[in-house]
Amino acid sequence: MNIEKIINGTELTLIFEGRLDTNTSKQAEESIKDSIEGIQNITMDFGKLVYVSSAGLRVILSVQKKMNAVGGELVITNVNDVIMEVFEITGFSDMLTIK
Amino acid sequence: MVKFIVPAEIEQLDKVLSFIDGMLDKSECSVKSKLQIDVAVEEIFVNIASYAYGNQKGNAEIEYQLNDNSAVITFTDSGEKYNPLERDEPDVTLSADEREIGGLGILMVRKSMDDIKYSYENGKNILTIYKSI
Repeated sequence: MNIEKIINGTELTLIFEGRLDTNTSKQAEESIKDSIEGIQNITMDFGKLVYVSSAGLRVILSVQKKMNAVGGELVITNVNDVIMEVFEITGFSDMLTIK
Repeated sequence: MVKFIVPAEIEQLDKVLSFIDGMLDKSECSVKSKLQIDVAVEEIFVNIASYAYGNQKGNAEIEYQLNDNSAVITFTDSGEKYNPLERDEPDVTLSADEREIGGLGILMVRKSMDDIKYSYENGKNILTIYKSI
């Protein structure tokens, strides 16, 4: 799984490619942790992400909580059908900002 | 019917998914169903690997069958007796700050599979998922 990062002032854009699952979520978490200092707005672009399991949801939830703690925002974009269904089943669609 | 036996360890997850994907490809499964089944298999296998045997080692048996255009996948382990379907569903209406992750895996399995059954026989936990492909 690949994460491309774009930092613009207090805005961080993360472009995910591949799968966010049990195997890759730890790497994703470390990678995000490295860049999150001083960030107020995060956009997670899921255009190239094909798969999310509960391990991936854990990472997304932890980023949402961090943004809530600093009064910032997390937005998720370009979510495919399968991942959108996962978000709906788990209530994440109500809890996250998805565009 | 094809059976795959692996040590119940998280490191085996890729092998399990490769096995299942191979079976699904032979059965000409749709991309969407395959992704949904992958999520279900991952959630179930990771739970067995994490909890069934505690600090001991043990195996997990994964059986694949195709019945009338439905994939039938059975997970068997000889670990601690546990029915994941008895667990309360997590409250999905809570806000991000109140949410926990526990129970999400099995919730995803229940909602995306056509059917799911559990039984305990001869000291083994047997969990079967059904998904039309």
